[in-house]
Amino acid sequence: MNDPLIIRGIEFKSRLWVGTGKYRDFEETARAIEASGADVVTVAVRRVNIIDRTKENLLDYIDPKKYKILPNTAGCYTVEDALRYARLAREAGVSDMIKLEVIGDEKTLFPDVCGLLKATEILAKEGFIVFPYTNDDPITAKRLVDAGAAAVMPLGAPIGSGLGIRNPYNIKIILETVNIPVIVDAGVGTASDVSIAMELGCDAVLVNTAIAGAKDPIMMAEALKHACIAGRLAYRAGRIPKKLYASASSPIEGMLT
Amino acid sequence: MRVKVNGTEMEIKAETLMELLEELSINPQRVAVEVNLEIVRKDRFSEYKIKEGDSIEIVNFVGGG
Repeated sequence: MNDPLIIRGIEFKSRLWVGTGKYRDFEETARAIEASGADVVTVAVRRVNIIDRTKENLLDYIDPKKYKILPNTAGCYTVEDALRYARLAREAGVSDMIKLEVIGDEKTLFPDVCGLLKATEILAKEGFIVFPYTNDDPITAKRLVDAGAAAVMPLGAPIGSGLGIRNPYNIKIILETVNIPVIVDAGVGTASDVSIAMELGCDAVLVNTAIAGAKDPIMMAEALKHACIAGRLAYRAGRIPKKLYASASSPIEGMLT
Repeated sequence: MRVKVNGTEMEIKAETLMELLEELSINPQRVAVEVNLEIVRKDRFSEYKIKEGDSIEIVNFVGGG
């Protein structure tokens, strides 16, 4: 299936994007990513452990030549912090891509959209390819386009909640509102959630906890890979309209009288 | 000299950032460095002189979503 996702000239082979958090160890991380078929992996920016230098590096297991590394600004609650982390990420990494998070609240991890808009505008002007993690709000999505976002990443449900796509209608409206890729980020609990997002017409889905937290992360990664392909194909194939009453699949003609 | 590295006060022998990374056995390719809130580009690590009391942050990528 030749159906690549292209954002700002960068070609993405898989429409399933995966995170690297919450795994037991780096080996499991690497195996799950491999099984997911993803070519984009998100990472966080944190202090190097200077006390215990025996600790291994994530990039020993995830080859930046094989995968597109998408650093995030997770844990940032202010515009200033998000900018600082984004700039450090660009310096540590190999690309201008940033998954921008400006978090508004510890309990929900919902985005602070005012801060998000401000940070998106500043980073886009600095040449970043900005992927803002946002609410499932079409108006905010539109403002993010104006601010220079390369794609919008509306949440399906709170990060790590596994509640699935809580408001598919808003996601649908976002898809009709913006002319840049829409990537559902957060909320996926299992395979059907990924399919739902893709059937709606989303360009990609980003998943972390649903894989890392599964009883068998490697098997779940594979399940989500198939769910993503299935959902995308179903979207492109064009589903039948929903009707209240039946319409027979077998002909009436030729029935015995 | 005494500096603060990643929030920890320490005595270092290094005079430049590159020497500090060597002293701490850190691969310079995979990190970003900030001195007193200013990012120092990788190509300047060798020439960048550390001063007494500098606050240095060395970050890298870890697992995240």
